[in-house]
Amino acid sequence: MTDTILETDGLTREFSGFIAVDSVALRVRQGTIHALIGPNGAGKTTCFNLLTAFMPPTRGKIMFKGRDITGMKPAMVARLGLVRSFQISAVFPHLTALENVRLALQRARGASFDFWRSEETLRVYDDRARQLLVDVGLEEFETTIVTNLSYGRKRALEIATTLALDPEMMLLDEPTAGMAHSDVDRIVQLIARIRKGRTILMVEHNLSVVEGLCDTITVLTRGRVLAEGDYATVSKNPEVIAAYLGSADA
Amino acid sequence: MFGFSRAQTIAFLVMVALIVVCPFILYPVFLMRVLCIALFACAFNLMIGYVGLLSFGHAAFFGMGSYVAAWTIKFWHVDASIAIVLGGATGAFLGLCLGYLAIRRSGIYFAMITLALAQMVYFFCLEAPFTGGEDGIQQVPRGKLFGFIDLSNDMTMYCLVASVFLGGFLLIHRIIHSPFGQVLKGIRENEPRATSLGYRTDDYKLIAFVLSSMLAGVAGGTKALVFGIATLTDVHYATSGEVVLTTLLGGLGTVFGPAMGALVIVTMENYLAQFGAWVTVTQGVIFIVCVLAFRRGIVGEIGGRLKINL
Repeated sequence: MTDTILETDGLTREFSGFIAVDSVALRVRQGTIHALIGPNGAGKTTCFNLLTAFMPPTRGKIMFKGRDITGMKPAMVARLGLVRSFQISAVFPHLTALENVRLALQRARGASFDFWRSEETLRVYDDRARQLLVDVGLEEFETTIVTNLSYGRKRALEIATTLALDPEMMLLDEPTAGMAHSDVDRIVQLIARIRKGRTILMVEHNLSVVEGLCDTITVLTRGRVLAEGDYATVSKNPEVIAAYLGSADA
Repeated sequence: MFGFSRAQTIAFLVMVALIVVCPFILYPVFLMRVLCIALFACAFNLMIGYVGLLSFGHAAFFGMGSYVAAWTIKFWHVDASIAIVLGGATGAFLGLCLGYLAIRRSGIYFAMITLALAQMVYFFCLEAPFTGGEDGIQQVPRGKLFGFIDLSNDMTMYCLVASVFLGGFLLIHRIIHSPFGQVLKGIRENEPRATSLGYRTDDYKLIAFVLSSMLAGVAGGTKALVFGIATLTDVHYATSGEVVLTTLLGGLGTVFGPAMGALVIVTMENYLAQFGAWVTVTQGVIFIVCVLAFRRGIVGEIGGRLKINL
């Protein structure tokens, strides 16, 4: 299929006998929002770690834009345009919000080992960084040291930082986890806005978010793909109800 | 000025004023020792304060810089400036070799690897013929600067040492406030995130390590010229330990802390020298008090009270 951007084949990861991810064949189509859902311990985050090369797979292959990226270094994968966020908020706590975003923007300079140049060189990125902060509703916190921001705002900042790389594909690990309701709406709107020209793979527990946003859903349980399809199909699958939704009723 | 904040500009001007005035009041050789140790501590602080890596082997760079500067000026009769540059180059080269092996680990492992590698350098210096073994390289002439400025006068030498220190200090300041320095801070704050943004963090850490060891080499080379001697003490692990103590006492990760720490430590060593082993005991006590009571160090504590970044 030509419109597949990310594809895995027999992706497996074992931790001394325990199989966290078991021959997962994932196929993400270009321009879609694809959700990865499943109960705790289903292997969603491990999957993310494998896809972004933070962890080497035990077996299997990962293809990104038709290129085999299995075994690449994580920084290289990020440079190819496959950028992830983290489940625990991944910000640079003792820098300002603006500096956080700018750190992603300045990556565009390539290997920036220029220790002899002044910080002023980075001013050219300030406008773009401010725009990204406005996009996630953090404009008033530009000069705030990030450690002082609320959890929801840190997550928003993290998305702004990821967006700053303008990646072709974003992997969002529970972007709305631990957020207040109003923040969730803002993030959902943000994701809906940024999806243009991008592919998004997200792990998400909040099913109303998944329903509203995602085109395709893959359900994982115990490291295996249980079902795949759009929300309507997946939510009617009896196995899924038993394994995932059912557990919520219990 | 140079990206200094206002408080830092004032502190910097005070420091420069002290550097200018002090040799007229105090013994210049003592002050030169302070400045050499201060530069050494600033170099060390670049690693611990801005990359978050505790190197326990910085004496290797300081000591080798000292040996190379002493040797080249004594036997090759090179210019004083060249000797110092060669000291720095030695530090940088050694930093590249040691750092290449060490930066793959962090925390206690990084500290232990640097310590182990530095001990190898120590034993190399103990056995290698050119270092003079236990005797060290003695009676090193200060030589001439740029071929015509005679450095045997303490005041002239002081001017050179002060310039080297200020040059190193400003270079470190520039490194911290460069685009490169921003990435370093990102790595210190959250390395996996820096990686996920596409930075090859090991490369950044290695370059920072090389810069730090280069400046340590410069400090060692300058020290060799001042005292006309390069000995095993300079590469001994106790020197690595002392620079940790100096930086901690002054204030880890502060701009002026290492210099302040050097002033206090060298003053103690100098004026308490008559009490012999009590210097070490006093240093130990101060270290404990510092860690227990004011962990941010002297400058860090002052900055914290006044709510400014020094």
